[in-house]
Amino acid sequence: MGKREIFPLKQETDIVLIRQRVRQAAEAAKLGLVSQTKIVTAASEIARNALIYGGGGECMIEDTVRNGRNAVHLVITDQGKGIADIAKAMVDGYTSGNGLGLGLSGAKRLVDEFIIESDLGKGTRVELWKWR
Amino acid sequence: MPASAIAELLQTHENELLQEWTIAQRAAGIRADLIDEDTVIANSRELLKLLTVAAAAGIDDFESVQWSPIKGMLERLSRSQSRQGFTPSDTATFIFSLKEPLFSRIQQYSDDAAKDIWQINQLLDKLGLYTVECFMTGREAIIREQQESMLELSTPVVELWKGILAIPLIGSLDSNRTQIVMEALLEKIVQTESDIAIIDITGVPTVDTMVAQHLLKTVTAAKLMGAKCIISGIRPQIAATIVHLGVELGDVITKASLADAFQMALKELNVRLVTSATR
Repeated sequence: MGKREIFPLKQETDIVLIRQRVRQAAEAAKLGLVSQTKIVTAASEIARNALIYGGGGECMIEDTVRNGRNAVHLVITDQGKGIADIAKAMVDGYTSGNGLGLGLSGAKRLVDEFIIESDLGKGTRVELWKWR
Repeated sequence: MPASAIAELLQTHENELLQEWTIAQRAAGIRADLIDEDTVIANSRELLKLLTVAAAAGIDDFESVQWSPIKGMLERLSRSQSRQGFTPSDTATFIFSLKEPLFSRIQQYSDDAAKDIWQINQLLDKLGLYTVECFMTGREAIIREQQESMLELSTPVVELWKGILAIPLIGSLDSNRTQIVMEALLEKIVQTESDIAIIDITGVPTVDTMVAQHLLKTVTAAKLMGAKCIISGIRPQIAATIVHLGVELGDVITKASLADAFQMALKELNVRLVTSATR
Protein backbone atom coordinates (compact mmCIF):
# COMPACT_ATOMS: atom_id res chain seq x y z
CA MET A 1 0.00 0.00 0.00
CA GLY A 2 1.16 3.52 -0.71
CA LYS A 3 3.44 2.53 -3.54
CA ARG A 4 4.13 5.34 -5.96
CA GLU A 5 5.94 4.95 -9.28
CA ILE A 6 6.64 7.12 -12.29
CA PHE A 7 6.90 5.69 -15.78
CA PRO A 8 8.11 7.33 -18.98
CA LEU A 9 5.70 7.60 -21.88
CA LYS A 10 7.73 7.87 -25.06
CA GLN A 11 6.59 5.05 -27.33
CA GLU A 12 3.69 2.68 -27.83
CA THR A 13 5.29 -0.13 -25.85
CA ASP A 14 5.33 2.19 -22.80
CA ILE A 15 1.52 2.17 -22.88
CA VAL A 16 1.56 -1.62 -22.60
CA LEU A 17 3.80 -1.40 -19.53
CA ILE A 18 1.66 1.33 -17.96
CA ARG A 19 -1.47 -0.78 -18.46
CA GLN A 20 0.21 -3.70 -16.70
CA ARG A 21 1.36 -1.54 -13.79
CA VAL A 22 -2.04 0.11 -13.40
CA ARG A 23 -3.59 -3.37 -13.28
CA GLN A 24 -1.11 -4.36 -10.55
CA ALA A 25 -1.88 -1.19 -8.58
CA ALA A 26 -5.62 -1.86 -8.95
CA GLU A 27 -5.11 -5.41 -7.68
CA ALA A 28 -3.07 -4.08 -4.74
CA ALA A 29 -5.91 -1.67 -3.92
CA LYS A 30 -8.28 -4.70 -4.02
CA LEU A 31 -10.51 -3.19 -6.69
CA GLY A 32 -13.08 -5.52 -8.27
CA LEU A 33 -12.48 -7.01 -11.69
CA VAL A 34 -14.79 -4.54 -13.46
CA SER A 35 -13.21 -1.55 -11.69
CA GLN A 36 -9.75 -2.87 -12.51
CA THR A 37 -10.61 -3.14 -16.18
CA LYS A 38 -12.16 0.33 -16.16
CA ILE A 39 -9.17 2.12 -14.65
CA VAL A 40 -6.76 0.20 -16.91
CA THR A 41 -8.79 1.18 -19.98
CA ALA A 42 -9.03 4.81 -18.85
CA ALA A 43 -5.24 4.87 -18.30
CA SER A 44 -4.73 3.41 -21.76
CA GLU A 45 -6.89 6.14 -23.35
CA ILE A 46 -5.24 9.03 -21.56
CA ALA A 47 -1.72 7.65 -22.02
CA ARG A 48 -2.33 7.22 -25.74
CA ASN A 49 -3.61 10.79 -25.98
CA ALA A 50 -0.52 12.05 -24.16
CA LEU A 51 1.66 10.10 -26.58
CA ILE A 52 -0.11 10.88 -29.86
CA TYR A 53 -1.28 14.45 -29.26
CA GLY A 54 1.12 15.51 -26.50
CA GLY A 55 4.27 14.00 -27.99
CA GLY A 56 4.93 11.86 -24.91
CA GLY A 57 5.31 12.56 -21.22
CA GLU A 58 5.11 10.50 -18.09
CA CYS A 59 2.66 8.63 -15.92
CA MET A 60 2.55 8.49 -12.13
CA ILE A 61 0.85 5.43 -10.66
CA GLU A 62 -0.01 5.20 -6.97
CA ASP A 63 -2.11 2.90 -4.86
CA THR A 64 -3.32 4.85 -1.90
CA VAL A 65 -6.25 5.50 0.42
CA ARG A 66 -8.86 8.16 -0.18
CA ASN A 67 -11.58 8.99 2.36
CA GLY A 68 -10.91 5.67 4.03
CA ARG A 69 -11.26 3.68 0.81
CA ASN A 70 -8.51 1.95 -1.13
CA ALA A 71 -7.85 3.82 -4.34
CA VAL A 72 -5.73 3.94 -7.44
CA HIS A 73 -4.43 7.38 -8.33
CA LEU A 74 -2.92 8.22 -11.72
CA VAL A 75 -1.42 11.44 -13.02
CA ILE A 76 -0.53 11.55 -16.70
CA THR A 77 1.31 14.59 -17.98
CA ASP A 78 2.70 15.69 -21.31
CA GLN A 79 4.54 18.76 -22.54
CA GLY A 80 2.67 18.97 -25.83
CA LYS A 81 0.77 21.87 -27.32
CA GLY A 82 -2.15 21.55 -24.91
CA ILE A 83 -5.88 21.51 -25.55
CA ALA A 84 -7.42 24.76 -26.80
CA ASP A 85 -10.99 24.06 -25.78
CA ILE A 86 -11.34 21.42 -23.07
CA ALA A 87 -15.14 21.56 -23.05
CA LYS A 88 -15.17 20.77 -26.77
CA ALA A 89 -12.55 18.03 -26.37
CA MET A 90 -14.75 16.37 -23.75
CA VAL A 91 -17.71 16.01 -26.14
CA ASP A 92 -18.39 12.49 -27.40
CA GLY A 93 -17.22 12.04 -30.95
CA TYR A 94 -15.01 15.13 -31.14
CA THR A 95 -11.46 14.42 -32.26
CA SER A 96 -8.64 16.54 -33.60
CA GLY A 97 -7.01 13.40 -34.96
CA ASN A 98 -8.55 10.32 -36.53
CA GLY A 99 -9.74 8.36 -33.51
CA LEU A 100 -13.31 7.69 -32.44
CA GLY A 101 -13.35 10.84 -30.33
CA LEU A 102 -14.36 8.92 -27.23
CA GLY A 103 -11.03 8.75 -25.40
CA LEU A 104 -11.38 11.71 -23.03
CA SER A 105 -15.12 11.54 -22.45
CA GLY A 106 -15.03 7.75 -22.19
CA ALA A 107 -12.16 7.81 -19.71
CA LYS A 108 -14.09 10.30 -17.59
CA ARG A 109 -17.07 7.93 -17.43
CA LEU A 110 -14.81 5.02 -16.47
CA VAL A 111 -13.31 6.60 -13.35
CA ASP A 112 -14.62 8.05 -10.09
CA GLU A 113 -12.82 11.36 -10.37
CA PHE A 114 -11.38 13.00 -13.43
CA ILE A 115 -9.41 16.24 -13.39
CA ILE A 116 -7.99 17.75 -16.55
CA GLU A 117 -5.83 20.85 -16.80
CA SER A 118 -4.27 22.14 -19.96
CA ASP A 119 -2.06 25.11 -20.73
CA LEU A 120 -1.86 26.07 -24.39
CA GLY A 121 1.70 25.54 -25.55
CA LYS A 122 2.76 24.00 -22.25
CA GLY A 123 1.04 20.65 -22.03
CA THR A 124 -1.77 18.72 -20.42
CA ARG A 125 -2.17 17.05 -17.03
CA VAL A 126 -4.86 14.47 -16.38
CA GLU A 127 -5.57 13.06 -12.94
CA LEU A 128 -7.61 9.86 -12.57
CA TRP A 129 -9.03 8.31 -9.40
CA LYS A 130 -10.76 4.99 -8.97
CA TRP A 131 -11.67 3.72 -5.51
CA ARG A 132 -13.31 0.71 -3.97
CA MET B 1 52.20 16.57 -21.40
CA PRO B 2 50.83 16.91 -24.94
CA ALA B 3 48.69 14.22 -26.50
CA SER B 4 51.58 12.93 -28.58
CA ALA B 5 53.62 12.34 -25.42
CA ILE B 6 50.78 10.34 -23.94
CA ALA B 7 50.66 8.26 -27.11
CA GLU B 8 54.39 7.70 -26.83
CA LEU B 9 54.05 6.69 -23.20
CA LEU B 10 51.35 4.19 -24.17
CA GLN B 11 53.57 2.79 -26.87
CA THR B 12 56.82 2.48 -24.91
CA HIS B 13 55.17 0.89 -21.91
CA GLU B 14 52.71 -1.22 -23.85
CA ASN B 15 53.81 -4.55 -22.44
CA GLU B 16 53.94 -3.52 -18.79
CA LEU B 17 50.63 -1.67 -19.09
CA LEU B 18 49.06 -4.72 -20.66
CA GLN B 19 50.31 -6.96 -17.91
CA GLU B 20 49.24 -4.65 -15.07
CA TRP B 21 45.90 -4.01 -16.75
CA THR B 22 45.05 -7.71 -16.98
CA ILE B 23 46.03 -8.11 -13.33
CA ALA B 24 43.79 -5.16 -12.43
CA GLN B 25 40.94 -6.72 -14.41
CA ARG B 26 41.36 -9.97 -12.58
CA ALA B 27 41.39 -8.10 -9.25
CA ALA B 28 38.18 -6.27 -10.19
CA GLY B 29 36.52 -9.65 -10.63
CA ILE B 30 36.53 -10.98 -14.14
CA ARG B 31 33.86 -13.36 -15.36
CA ALA B 32 36.19 -16.35 -15.74
CA ASP B 33 33.16 -18.49 -16.53
CA LEU B 34 32.29 -16.42 -19.58
CA ILE B 35 35.64 -15.35 -21.00
CA ASP B 36 39.06 -16.99 -21.14
CA GLU B 37 42.38 -15.37 -20.33
CA ASP B 38 43.57 -15.30 -23.96
CA THR B 39 40.52 -13.37 -25.13
CA VAL B 40 40.97 -10.87 -22.29
CA ILE B 41 44.59 -10.29 -23.30
CA ALA B 42 43.73 -10.07 -26.99
CA ASN B 43 40.94 -7.53 -26.28
CA SER B 44 43.17 -5.49 -23.99
CA ARG B 45 46.02 -5.48 -26.50
CA GLU B 46 43.75 -4.37 -29.33
CA LEU B 47 42.24 -1.57 -27.27
CA LEU B 48 45.65 -0.37 -26.11
CA LYS B 49 46.91 -0.27 -29.71
CA LEU B 50 43.85 1.66 -30.90
CA LEU B 51 44.15 4.01 -27.92
CA THR B 52 47.78 4.73 -28.83
CA VAL B 53 46.86 5.56 -32.43
CA ALA B 54 43.91 7.74 -31.41
CA ALA B 55 45.82 9.55 -28.67
CA ALA B 56 48.57 10.47 -31.12
CA ALA B 57 46.07 12.62 -33.01
CA GLY B 58 44.72 14.37 -29.91
CA ILE B 59 42.60 13.36 -26.94
CA ASP B 60 40.42 16.43 -26.48
CA ASP B 61 37.70 15.75 -28.99
CA PHE B 62 36.04 12.38 -28.49
CA GLU B 63 33.72 13.04 -31.46
CA SER B 64 36.53 13.41 -34.01
CA VAL B 65 37.40 10.86 -36.68
CA GLN B 66 40.45 9.30 -35.06
CA TRP B 67 38.26 7.93 -32.28
CA SER B 68 35.95 5.98 -34.57
CA PRO B 69 38.10 2.80 -34.75
CA ILE B 70 38.18 2.57 -30.96
CA LYS B 71 34.43 3.27 -30.77
CA GLY B 72 33.85 0.54 -33.33
CA MET B 73 35.88 -1.91 -31.30
CA LEU B 74 34.04 -1.05 -28.05
CA GLU B 75 30.73 -1.36 -29.86
CA ARG B 76 31.56 -4.87 -31.11
CA LEU B 77 32.91 -5.86 -27.72
CA SER B 78 29.92 -4.69 -25.74
CA ARG B 79 27.41 -6.14 -28.23
CA SER B 80 29.04 -9.56 -28.15
CA GLN B 81 29.49 -9.48 -24.39
CA SER B 82 25.88 -8.47 -23.87
CA ARG B 83 24.77 -11.52 -25.84
CA GLN B 84 27.10 -13.73 -23.82
CA GLY B 85 25.47 -12.61 -20.59
CA PHE B 86 27.87 -9.96 -19.30
CA THR B 87 26.40 -7.09 -17.34
CA PRO B 88 27.14 -3.49 -18.44
CA SER B 89 29.33 -3.13 -15.34
CA ASP B 90 31.46 -6.08 -16.43
CA THR B 91 32.18 -4.42 -19.74
CA ALA B 92 32.76 -0.97 -18.24
CA THR B 93 35.08 -2.45 -15.60
CA PHE B 94 37.25 -3.65 -18.48
CA ILE B 95 37.91 0.02 -19.36
CA PHE B 96 38.01 1.42 -15.84
CA SER B 97 40.63 -1.03 -14.63
CA LEU B 98 43.09 0.54 -17.08
CA LYS B 99 43.07 3.66 -14.89
CA GLU B 100 45.35 2.41 -12.14
CA PRO B 101 48.28 1.19 -14.27
CA LEU B 102 48.03 4.14 -16.65
CA PHE B 103 47.83 6.76 -13.90
CA SER B 104 50.88 5.39 -12.12
CA ARG B 105 52.83 5.58 -15.42
CA ILE B 106 51.78 9.19 -15.93
CA GLN B 107 52.72 10.05 -12.37
CA GLN B 108 56.14 8.63 -13.05
CA TYR B 109 56.85 10.44 -16.30
CA SER B 110 54.73 13.59 -16.43
CA ASP B 111 55.74 17.07 -15.30
CA ASP B 112 52.16 18.03 -14.52
CA ALA B 113 50.77 14.68 -13.39
CA ALA B 114 47.56 16.03 -11.82
CA LYS B 115 46.47 17.74 -15.01
CA ASP B 116 47.34 14.78 -17.24
CA ILE B 117 45.68 12.24 -14.97
CA TRP B 118 42.53 14.35 -14.93
CA GLN B 119 42.54 14.47 -18.71
CA ILE B 120 43.06 10.71 -19.11
CA ASN B 121 40.51 10.05 -16.40
CA GLN B 122 37.86 11.97 -18.32
CA LEU B 123 38.78 10.12 -21.47
CA LEU B 124 38.52 6.67 -19.89
CA ASP B 125 35.21 7.64 -18.29
CA LYS B 126 33.89 8.54 -21.72
CA LEU B 127 35.08 5.23 -23.15
CA GLY B 128 33.49 3.34 -20.24
CA LEU B 129 30.19 5.16 -20.62
CA TYR B 130 30.31 4.50 -24.33
CA THR B 131 30.38 0.75 -23.68
CA VAL B 132 27.33 1.12 -21.43
CA GLU B 133 25.53 3.06 -24.15
CA CYS B 134 26.36 0.38 -26.71
CA PHE B 135 25.15 -2.23 -24.28
CA MET B 136 21.81 -0.45 -24.00
CA THR B 137 21.46 -0.09 -27.77
CA GLY B 138 22.24 -3.78 -28.11
CA ARG B 139 19.56 -4.65 -25.57
CA GLU B 140 17.01 -2.44 -27.26
CA ALA B 141 17.75 -4.12 -30.59
CA ILE B 142 17.14 -7.52 -29.00
CA ILE B 143 13.85 -6.32 -27.51
CA ARG B 144 12.75 -4.96 -30.87
CA GLU B 145 13.61 -8.24 -32.59
CA GLN B 146 11.60 -10.13 -30.02
CA GLN B 147 8.63 -7.80 -30.40
CA GLU B 148 8.70 -8.26 -34.14
CA SER B 149 8.89 -12.03 -33.90
CA MET B 150 5.96 -11.95 -31.49
CA LEU B 151 3.94 -9.96 -34.01
CA GLU B 152 4.32 -12.76 -36.51
CA LEU B 153 3.81 -15.54 -34.02
CA SER B 154 0.57 -14.38 -32.59
CA THR B 155 -1.67 -13.92 -35.59
CA PRO B 156 -2.76 -17.32 -36.85
CA VAL B 157 -5.96 -17.44 -38.85
CA VAL B 158 -7.51 -20.92 -38.63
CA GLU B 159 -10.27 -22.55 -40.64
CA LEU B 160 -12.81 -24.16 -38.31
CA TRP B 161 -15.10 -25.46 -41.02
CA LYS B 162 -15.42 -25.01 -44.74
CA GLY B 163 -16.34 -21.35 -44.97
CA ILE B 164 -15.74 -20.48 -41.32
CA LEU B 165 -12.53 -18.76 -40.20
CA ALA B 166 -11.48 -17.94 -36.67
CA ILE B 167 -8.77 -15.60 -35.46
CA PRO B 168 -8.00 -15.93 -31.76
CA LEU B 169 -6.40 -12.68 -30.63
CA ILE B 170 -4.06 -12.81 -27.67
CA GLY B 171 -2.26 -9.99 -25.87
CA SER B 172 -2.44 -6.27 -26.35
CA LEU B 173 -3.63 -4.92 -29.66
CA ASP B 174 -1.63 -1.92 -30.69
CA SER B 175 -1.51 -0.28 -34.11
CA ASN B 176 1.16 -2.45 -35.73
CA ARG B 177 -0.29 -5.73 -34.59
CA THR B 178 -3.87 -4.94 -35.50
CA GLN B 179 -2.71 -3.93 -38.95
CA ILE B 180 -1.07 -7.35 -39.43
CA VAL B 181 -4.07 -9.17 -37.96
CA MET B 182 -6.45 -7.35 -40.24
CA GLU B 183 -4.41 -8.06 -43.36
CA ALA B 184 -3.93 -11.73 -42.44
CA LEU B 185 -7.66 -12.15 -41.92
CA LEU B 186 -8.68 -10.44 -45.15
CA GLU B 187 -6.16 -12.46 -47.14
CA LYS B 188 -7.37 -15.71 -45.66
CA ILE B 189 -10.99 -14.79 -46.42
CA VAL B 190 -10.10 -14.53 -50.12
CA GLN B 191 -7.91 -17.60 -50.07
CA THR B 192 -10.47 -19.89 -48.43
CA GLU B 193 -13.56 -18.21 -49.90
CA SER B 194 -15.01 -18.02 -46.41
CA ASP B 195 -18.37 -16.49 -45.58
CA ILE B 196 -17.92 -16.06 -41.87
CA ALA B 197 -14.98 -14.87 -39.78
CA ILE B 198 -14.97 -15.16 -36.00
CA ILE B 199 -12.71 -12.70 -34.19
CA ASP B 200 -12.14 -14.03 -30.69
CA ILE B 201 -10.91 -11.50 -28.13
CA THR B 202 -10.90 -13.75 -25.05
CA GLY B 203 -7.14 -13.24 -24.75
CA VAL B 204 -7.19 -9.45 -25.13
CA PRO B 205 -6.85 -7.89 -21.66
CA THR B 206 -7.91 -4.34 -22.55
CA VAL B 207 -10.33 -3.02 -25.13
CA ASP B 208 -9.94 0.74 -25.38
CA THR B 209 -11.27 3.04 -28.08
CA MET B 210 -8.32 2.37 -30.37
CA VAL B 211 -8.72 -1.40 -30.17
CA ALA B 212 -12.47 -0.98 -30.70
CA GLN B 213 -11.85 1.23 -33.70
CA HIS B 214 -9.48 -1.33 -35.22
CA LEU B 215 -11.99 -4.12 -34.64
CA LEU B 216 -14.76 -2.10 -36.26
CA LYS B 217 -12.56 -1.32 -39.26
CA THR B 218 -11.70 -4.99 -39.69
CA VAL B 219 -15.36 -5.95 -39.52
CA THR B 220 -16.24 -3.30 -42.11
CA ALA B 221 -13.45 -4.40 -44.43
CA ALA B 222 -14.53 -8.04 -44.17
CA LYS B 223 -18.09 -6.98 -44.90
CA LEU B 224 -16.96 -5.21 -48.05
CA MET B 225 -15.47 -8.49 -49.15
CA GLY B 226 -18.75 -10.26 -48.57
CA ALA B 227 -17.85 -11.97 -45.31
CA LYS B 228 -19.74 -11.69 -42.06
CA CYS B 229 -17.80 -11.11 -38.85
CA ILE B 230 -18.67 -12.31 -35.39
CA ILE B 231 -16.77 -10.94 -32.40
CA SER B 232 -16.62 -13.47 -29.58
CA GLY B 233 -15.05 -13.77 -26.15
CA ILE B 234 -16.31 -10.49 -24.70
CA ARG B 235 -15.93 -10.96 -20.97
CA PRO B 236 -18.30 -9.20 -18.53
CA GLN B 237 -15.74 -6.63 -17.39
CA ILE B 238 -14.87 -5.79 -21.00
CA ALA B 239 -18.57 -5.42 -21.84
CA ALA B 240 -19.08 -3.02 -18.92
CA THR B 241 -16.05 -1.01 -19.98
CA ILE B 242 -17.12 -0.75 -23.62
CA VAL B 243 -20.54 0.55 -22.54
CA HIS B 244 -18.99 3.24 -20.33
CA LEU B 245 -16.52 4.23 -23.01
CA GLY B 246 -19.50 4.88 -25.24
CA VAL B 247 -18.28 2.77 -28.14
CA GLU B 248 -21.12 1.75 -30.45
CA LEU B 249 -20.57 -1.67 -31.93
CA GLY B 250 -23.49 -1.00 -34.26
CA ASP B 251 -24.74 -4.05 -36.13
CA VAL B 252 -21.68 -6.16 -35.35
CA ILE B 253 -22.71 -9.61 -34.15
CA THR B 254 -21.16 -10.46 -30.80
CA LYS B 255 -21.14 -13.66 -28.77
CA ALA B 256 -19.90 -14.42 -25.28
CA SER B 257 -17.80 -17.41 -26.26
CA LEU B 258 -16.07 -18.85 -29.29
CA ALA B 259 -18.28 -21.96 -29.01
CA ASP B 260 -21.44 -19.84 -29.26
CA ALA B 261 -20.03 -17.98 -32.22
CA PHE B 262 -19.11 -21.23 -33.97
CA GLN B 263 -22.58 -22.63 -33.38
CA MET B 264 -24.13 -19.51 -34.81
CA ALA B 265 -21.83 -19.64 -37.82
CA LEU B 266 -22.83 -23.25 -38.50
CA LYS B 267 -26.48 -22.34 -38.30
CA GLU B 268 -25.87 -19.47 -40.68
CA LEU B 269 -24.39 -21.91 -43.21
CA ASN B 270 -27.24 -24.37 -42.64
CA VAL B 271 -24.97 -27.00 -41.22
CA ARG B 272 -26.51 -29.28 -38.63
CA LEU B 273 -24.38 -31.37 -36.32
CA VAL B 274 -26.08 -34.57 -35.16
CA THR B 275 -24.90 -36.84 -32.39
CA SER B 276 -25.18 -40.40 -33.65
CA ALA B 277 -27.26 -42.67 -31.43
CA THR B 278 -25.19 -45.77 -32.02
CA ARG B 279 -21.54 -46.25 -32.74
